[in-house]
Amino acid sequence: MARHTAAQASASKYTKANGYRRSSKNPWGSPIVYLLSLILVLICIVPVLYIILGGFRSNSQITTDPAGLPHPWIFANYEAVIHSDIFWGELVNSLIVGILTMVGVVVLALMASFVIARYHIRYAAAMYALFSAGLMFPMTVGITPLYLLIRNLGLSNSLAGLILPQIAFGLPQAVIILVPFLQSIPNELEEAAMLDGCSRLGFFWRMVIPLSMPGVATVGILTFVGSWNGYMLPLFVLSDSSKYTLPLGVQMFSSEHSVDTAQVLAFTSLAMLPALIFFTIFQKKIVGGLTGAVKG
Amino acid sequence: MEHQAAAAARPARGHGRAARPKRTSSGKGQRAAEVFILSAPAIVIFVFFVIVPIILGAYYGFYRWKGFGQPSVTGTFVGFQNYRTALSDPAFQQAILHTFEIVIGSLVIQGPLAILFALLLNQKFKLRGLIRTLIFVPYVISEVIVGTGWSLILQKDGALNEILKHMGINGPDWIADPHTAMWTLLLIISWKYIGFAVILMLAGMQSIPEELYEAAEVDGAGFWQMQWHITLPLLMPTVRIWVFMSMIGSLQLFDLVYIIWGRYLSSTAGVSTMATYMVREGRNAGNYGYGSAVALIIFVISLVLALVYQRFVLNRDLKSDEIERKRLERLEKKRARQAKRALATEVK
Repeated sequence: MARHTAAQASASKYTKANGYRRSSKNPWGSPIVYLLSLILVLICIVPVLYIILGGFRSNSQITTDPAGLPHPWIFANYEAVIHSDIFWGELVNSLIVGILTMVGVVVLALMASFVIARYHIRYAAAMYALFSAGLMFPMTVGITPLYLLIRNLGLSNSLAGLILPQIAFGLPQAVIILVPFLQSIPNELEEAAMLDGCSRLGFFWRMVIPLSMPGVATVGILTFVGSWNGYMLPLFVLSDSSKYTLPLGVQMFSSEHSVDTAQVLAFTSLAMLPALIFFTIFQKKIVGGLTGAVKG
Repeated sequence: MEHQAAAAARPARGHGRAARPKRTSSGKGQRAAEVFILSAPAIVIFVFFVIVPIILGAYYGFYRWKGFGQPSVTGTFVGFQNYRTALSDPAFQQAILHTFEIVIGSLVIQGPLAILFALLLNQKFKLRGLIRTLIFVPYVISEVIVGTGWSLILQKDGALNEILKHMGINGPDWIADPHTAMWTLLLIISWKYIGFAVILMLAGMQSIPEELYEAAEVDGAGFWQMQWHITLPLLMPTVRIWVFMSMIGSLQLFDLVYIIWGRYLSSTAGVSTMATYMVREGRNAGNYGYGSAVALIIFVISLVLALVYQRFVLNRDLKSDEIERKRLERLEKKRARQAKRALATEVK
């Protein structure tokens, strides 16, 4: 709350000092914009830095000065995690689940969105309504019977038992994001492709998929990160610790090593690294993809 | 098992029926086949893993059942008893109350802040791209990691209280104290999810035409005047979508609470949610019938809220939906064709 009023107070100073025009002409902006941005960024990343830097400290350092910096820097925690089979096993499980979920969602959602966006039949509108209704029901409400269903299919304690439901629950968001992209492909393009002897499916394969890449990237990233971070479904489905994905692994590790805080922090920061890197590389695409979805 | 498969196959069959009259020419038959091939996989997997569990849950909710075999064999039919028990359980009533506190708290805290932050990041300055990436970091990190990290920072003798001590403030027990726990949770939720709100608002702001601001500037409007009279009204569709998404997300909140407060502390600290109650009393206690009933209550509460919100708030945005427009157009054409045919037969 204090942050809020401070932002307002200094922002109004900013208005008096220089208006909108000055800031839009001067690429460097005003110092107050920088100051506020700096505060915002610090709030967002200091807790994350705390986790990463904490991994470079010893337990006694953390106990005597909880808010301090590493002094001296200790690499043993990270080394121990990197040399543990548990961490790599969980990383591989998370990667398998994340990639297969991403591929499944992107492929199925592209196909379904193509029908919704380009086939002008009533069934398409009904399908769109079905998926947008699905957006309202995240996994939580169905988790108990879903778990029983997965168990009855013999998929409990298997990675497939995570991937299939995650694809199903990822579809609504993906369809909602992809449909505006596919709708915005001009009809003339389709007609031209038809004249050149392309079938509708050929048009889908040769034109639609390449043209909808920004949307596909957004969907892919959001799905992968969602799967990477998923906690509730693995908690229900996986019981054997060799099948654990990283979120479950982090939780198990932190309850087993609750006295070894530094080790927990090292494990935690290595667990968040892949999703963070993946996201940083592709983050520009997300804003573009969301812009399309919001406008549509 | 059998009726699940039937339910999964239903929409595909329904589609076949709808498409059959069109199979007069081979082109239309091929079209229907394309539609089937393209959409069936998505529909089948969606119905099977999303819709079927909800229907099954409604059925399980009528039984006292431990989750093995068929409820009609190994369970006891109890009618609406599970629902009565849940709704009269003070622990569940508390959980509903907490959930609504979270829904409202998230909206009130994150909404104005997200708009202000988006305004800030919509200014043109160097490093803007980097800052946009950095504020999205908390959103990308998993709930487990956020929970683990924050619970260490917020311990009674953790990092935050250490910093406060240097400033001469005696910090509270952020997590266990029932007076502060809800605020702590709202703080963590806001920290985690505001990046998404900011990005959404930014995307909305960037679709506002620049000319409007230029015109306002010519008329002598100041920076805040422009934001108040141009940005805010034109941002409202985005805000309405964000409110909807935030609301649905808050109603389902589970991970953060379960990780930070654990199975039992959440209710004593006053942060239990509908979902943590469901998992604790359902799966963890082995009462699958009861857990399913609670899930259905959560489902109905979410559905009612979503529908009310859609009906009264989102509707004007959704009405302009292109699909709806096209549907109406086709309907009109069909009517015109029918009228023509009727006229033709009359003439005969």
